[in-house]
Amino acid sequence: MALKGFAGFAIRKVGAACITVFAIVCANFVIFRLVPGDPLRMMFKDPRVSAEQMQLVRERFGLDKPLGEQFLHYLRELAHGNLGISFWQKRPALDVIADRVPQTLLLIVTALIIAVILGTILGAIAGWKMGTRTDSVILTIALSLYSIPAFCMGIILMLIFAFQLSIFPLGGISTAASGFTGFEYWKDVAWHMFLPALCVVFWYGGEYVLLTRSAMVDALGQDYIITARAKGLKESAILKNHALRNALLPVVTITGVNLAFAVAGIIEVETVFSWPGIGRLVYDAVMKRDYPVLQATFLVFAVAIVLANLVVDLIYGYIDPRIKVGGEE
Amino acid sequence: MTKLLHGLSSVKGFVMLLWTNKMGRFGLIIFAVFAVIAIFAPFLHTVDPSATGSCENMLVPPCAQFWFGTDDLARDIWSQVIYGSRISLLVGFVAAGLTILVGTLVGIIAGFYGGKIEEVLMRIVDFFMMLPQLPLMIILAAVLGPSIWNIIFVVSVVSWPTTARVVRSQVLSIRERAFIEASRCIGASDSLLMFGEIFPNVVPIIFAQSVLIVTEAIYAEAVLAFLGLGDPTTVSWGMMLHFAFESGVMSRTPNWIVPPVASIVVLIIGFTFLGTAVSDVLKPGYRETRGL
Repeated sequence: MALKGFAGFAIRKVGAACITVFAIVCANFVIFRLVPGDPLRMMFKDPRVSAEQMQLVRERFGLDKPLGEQFLHYLRELAHGNLGISFWQKRPALDVIADRVPQTLLLIVTALIIAVILGTILGAIAGWKMGTRTDSVILTIALSLYSIPAFCMGIILMLIFAFQLSIFPLGGISTAASGFTGFEYWKDVAWHMFLPALCVVFWYGGEYVLLTRSAMVDALGQDYIITARAKGLKESAILKNHALRNALLPVVTITGVNLAFAVAGIIEVETVFSWPGIGRLVYDAVMKRDYPVLQATFLVFAVAIVLANLVVDLIYGYIDPRIKVGGEE
Repeated sequence: MTKLLHGLSSVKGFVMLLWTNKMGRFGLIIFAVFAVIAIFAPFLHTVDPSATGSCENMLVPPCAQFWFGTDDLARDIWSQVIYGSRISLLVGFVAAGLTILVGTLVGIIAGFYGGKIEEVLMRIVDFFMMLPQLPLMIILAAVLGPSIWNIIFVVSVVSWPTTARVVRSQVLSIRERAFIEASRCIGASDSLLMFGEIFPNVVPIIFAQSVLIVTEAIYAEAVLAFLGLGDPTTVSWGMMLHFAFESGVMSRTPNWIVPPVASIVVLIIGFTFLGTAVSDVLKPGYRETRGL
């Protein structure tokens, strides 16, 4: 390696991410063309669509050209930010997605921050008290919450708090035609967001409990803890300055990797609560068989995950010198 | 530990070992209950779950004839829940079987040969692991069309890479052991080494992995069906929830939603606990600490 240190590390990581993005772009092309049968027939199931009309559609979208030419066309359009036209809304798929991004970010960022904080604290407590009753209670609850599919959790919460108790709305992001402005409006949004966010917190927080607990157990078994004890440090000081600090390292790394996991939760929770974000868009696109939007959401999710991983890798490589050394082997 | 898994008597031994673990016992009981329900479905006060009834039988509340009431097409909800267990277990086990087959094959070949072959295979694995699983399953299922076999295929496509990676790392350490060298010296072929010598040693890890994949496959079937990608001609818990959501009356029919949700949740928690227990008891030293 000619390049040393962080610059070289960063360039390699960015290069790898570019290759992955290109592979995703190719996969996205291939999936919709390798299917057995005629995808156009799948889209236009109506038998009244005649062979001539099908041929016209094929020519209109360039589907009669050889695959190689189609692929180049696809890449060219992609480079111009054109991901196709939504069948359903008759406007660019990317615009349809862009409209949904703020709502999704609002929900997921709020919920993830709460989940990470709560999950880490509870996980640290469980790990610190390993083997006690507190530990086994936290562990069992966390494992259950983590394994319950997010959409089931959503339905359970909806059943209790929206149907039976009627203290939270059934779905949506704000009360329709309420005319709320300013603070009133945001209060309304928070009220609507409570159940979907709680759902994400339960399920994502459960995973953080498990992660932090095992990292904590790991850290507590290290020699430096014995040294700290031998020095006669207070238990609280050992917990704070020695165990927790080291246990948090692996927890931070896993955050980037876990985004793929978060995407699944977003789709399920937004669908259950009709939250107008990208996740709900995926469901709507499935129901309307809106293939261009479906394809575009997949691309957006996949590329977002690659980029998020890249950012985490770079930050981590910058903070922890051992990683750079490891990467240069 | 490997010997433990040979033949029927060792399966019994392994189940006994799981029984000593609290989570394992819980998981085994849940699995057994659902297996019995799935096998004896026709004898459990059920009718044809997809048979629609007459108008006056639409959305009836639970009663003596319809234990859990009926849905908006007058289908018996109790029968749907009972027969739904068949689909969940079928998808779970068939998809796990396929996944394990492909994942193990790729893992053993990559780990055994190393070099360029390993490089290429592991790059493919890494690429698949980078993709968001649920969106990938959704577009594949949407493109392939609704059928239970497509769902099984889709689940296998997204889950084999994890198995391949786990198996490979195990093979890497086994490959260096003396008995492999010894077999090579007496002229064992590559395929004999891979499947005769290395394979038996990765069986425990495959076993642990397969419990995880069954769980994932059950979850995947449920969520895909719930999102409207299921096979409308088969009755599954996810499909029931999908129809309930689309019906627009679910706020008044908890008897339609609670049974499938409860079934999914209990079955998945059962398998998750079982998976945790399997990896616990396979850890070296488990038997010793229990005095077994």
